[in-house]
Amino acid sequence: MKILYGMQRPDEGEIRVNGSPVGFHTPADAISAGIGMVHQHFMLADNLTVLENVVLGSEPRRGGLALDFAAARKKIKEISDAYGLGVRPDAQVEDLGVGDRQRVEILKVLYRGARILILDEPTAVLVPHEVDELFDNLRGLVREGLTILFISHKLDEVLRVADEITVIRRGTTVATVNPKDVTSRKLAELMVGSELPSPETRESTVTDVVALSVRDLTVRTGDGRPVVENVSFDIHRGEVLGIAGVEGNGQAELVEAIMGMRPCEAGALTLGGADISQWSTLRRRAGGIGYIPEDRHRHGLLLESPLWENRILGHQTRRPNVRGPWIDRAGARADTRRIVEEYDVRTPGIDVDAATLSGGNQQKLIVGREMSGDPVLLIASHPTRGVDIGAQAAIWDHLRTARAAGLAVLLISADLDELIGLSDTLKVILRGRIVADVDPANVTPEQLGSAMTGAGEGV
Amino acid sequence: MNGFVDRLLGRVRLGGWLAVAAPVIAVAFAVLITSVVLLIAGSDPVEAFTTLADYGTQPRSMAMILNTGVMYYISALAVAVGFRMNLFNIGVDGQYRLAAVVAAGLGGAAVVPGVLNIVLVVVVAVIVGALWAAIAGLLRVYRGVSEVISTIMLNAIATGLGSWLVSEHFGVLTGNDLGTRPIPDDAHMPGIPLIAGTPVLVNGFIVVAVVLGVAYWVVLNRTRFGFELRATGKSESAAVASGVSVKKMIVVTMVMSGAVAGLIGMPELLGASYKYSNNFPAGLGFTGIAIALLGRNNPVGMAVGALLWSFLDNSSNQLQLLDISKEIVQIMQGVVVLSVIIAYELVHRYRIVAEQRRVSRELAAPQEAPKAGAAA
Repeated sequence: MKILYGMQRPDEGEIRVNGSPVGFHTPADAISAGIGMVHQHFMLADNLTVLENVVLGSEPRRGGLALDFAAARKKIKEISDAYGLGVRPDAQVEDLGVGDRQRVEILKVLYRGARILILDEPTAVLVPHEVDELFDNLRGLVREGLTILFISHKLDEVLRVADEITVIRRGTTVATVNPKDVTSRKLAELMVGSELPSPETRESTVTDVVALSVRDLTVRTGDGRPVVENVSFDIHRGEVLGIAGVEGNGQAELVEAIMGMRPCEAGALTLGGADISQWSTLRRRAGGIGYIPEDRHRHGLLLESPLWENRILGHQTRRPNVRGPWIDRAGARADTRRIVEEYDVRTPGIDVDAATLSGGNQQKLIVGREMSGDPVLLIASHPTRGVDIGAQAAIWDHLRTARAAGLAVLLISADLDELIGLSDTLKVILRGRIVADVDPANVTPEQLGSAMTGAGEGV
Repeated sequence: MNGFVDRLLGRVRLGGWLAVAAPVIAVAFAVLITSVVLLIAGSDPVEAFTTLADYGTQPRSMAMILNTGVMYYISALAVAVGFRMNLFNIGVDGQYRLAAVVAAGLGGAAVVPGVLNIVLVVVVAVIVGALWAAIAGLLRVYRGVSEVISTIMLNAIATGLGSWLVSEHFGVLTGNDLGTRPIPDDAHMPGIPLIAGTPVLVNGFIVVAVVLGVAYWVVLNRTRFGFELRATGKSESAAVASGVSVKKMIVVTMVMSGAVAGLIGMPELLGASYKYSNNFPAGLGFTGIAIALLGRNNPVGMAVGALLWSFLDNSSNQLQLLDISKEIVQIMQGVVVLSVIIAYELVHRYRIVAEQRRVSRELAAPQEAPKAGAAA
């Protein structure tokens, strides 16, 4: 998607637009080839009018300098009427609802002459009737001869709106199907992959001791919309609790709430019997929560610091990294060497910057760090995302070993193999709520996929 | 873009000879540019630089360069504390001037005798600087006001407040000069005869400056607080995830920066003029910003930068003997800062590529290496 829009260069392969090969260096190239993108997160300036937003960056000129708003207004009207978008050019963007803003985004793209539209998860922010309106708009656009690339996790929507469906899993095309020939279940199967990981004859290490207990946790966005709603669960020592769900259904917010990085309303949040709901992030970490963040570059590492300083990060109150207020360089360095050794982090030394390591090795370093200091609970958010297969297997092994030793793990992942293979208990989150409990021992991927995508609630 | 700011503010380390190569290249480049400017202006660059060098190596000038350099260095440290955490304390200027006014007023009143008065003046200056900077820190944390904007505005307020304090409360008129009551003789900071061959003494605050430089390095590199500060500067999101209270860090860092800023005026107040008047040096806070950039927030680098800056400032008058405008020195100072930034950027890119190549080479190179090591 980023490649199609010129934001990233492909390593190999080619893109053809209307039969002729093209090479994009910047989004401007893509735009001039007639490709427009409607981003999931709106790129609009709230304090400008629709008209100003639309022309921003491609302002019609009159006599060299002056802006020709009249011409722009006329053109916007034409486009809006031609495709039935119903956009009012002089409305202030901040006064518009989400659906209207999305239409402004679409209009913006059309204004720039796009004939091929990429819509990235356009329905993620819409309520059902807005979705219906969007689909009507899209059908109108298609009737006028435009091409639309509609990217979505929601199967029912894809089935409703698409003329052809291509399923991508882990970066490769799995299948291209005709929506008339497939059912939502079949599609879910394609999406999540039908092969289960080889059944593991492992003993359950789940104990009766509750490590983390979450009751009625609710997280709201700035405008009061709940993104996590009344979530409750217990994780026992020696248990891996998996949360399955399509991304963006509240997993990230749930994790940040448990880590204390985001304010939340909780009935109760107890770690090993202690109420931690008022604790700071630092205290929660020191209290035994390890955290493998979803985005290691943003939350897990100081990319331009050496590995041994990254070992201290998040553990800056604990031995062997500090002694009182002082950084214990020798201690931290020695322990970094231990992690490098035990977790097989491929690096020429502990003084190179974290940025120079590959993603898999960065992740192994983080896993090693978060397993240090005898954590009670490990929050693992997409622990093997973007790492090579070797590192993935190693990280899984480390998680299993730690679980056997009594660690409680909250596992969030989009990788169903990983979830089913590692979890003792599996819950499905959809739109911020736990919608299903499934038994990882005998769940089928279709069932899980359906529950995740909301195609068949109540598995 | 963010990465560039990180490098601009020296939050990215350069190791080994590269760290030295960049500033040397930059100074050489600045000399080159200045020579071109001099040639265009019809002057002889060789003669100009020889004059500057001659002047700068005389004992008397060296003492004066050290004295100005001490103030520049403290100012650079104050700025650098903020820079390391991504805080742009543009208000160092207002903080040190307001601190100096209040401290001078109190010192002139001679509430306590002798050395105690020195201590009182210094402590008051530190507190005033810290409090003034804290305003910007609190505004940032509780109201989301960018510290760049608030400190610039606080500079203007500090100027007004300082004038008001001098004219309405502390001021005495000596001749045409309105200033605070002079600090009594027994509370003067003694000078040090550091440079042989000149009666000019080196300001006693040079000791304070050295101690501050060492403390700056130790606190940032060896303490947990310093680690959290640097981590916040490098990645605020990672710091939050690691349990660093970014709000607290912002306020504490601003307070520290302001406290150091409070000391900037002290060498002048307690070692040279003994009062705050219209002649009190202004604009040192902005010089500090340039020197912090020049020295990449490194305590040694900033010391060298402060001395270079001070040398250029002190010797600029000599150029007039050659009929060269002394403003040529300002051109040179500006070019030095710009070329340092550019040189570091180039060296940094070189280093990244080199390091990545090294890592992949060492990893691609035989897997045997670790095995052999294990067997041994």
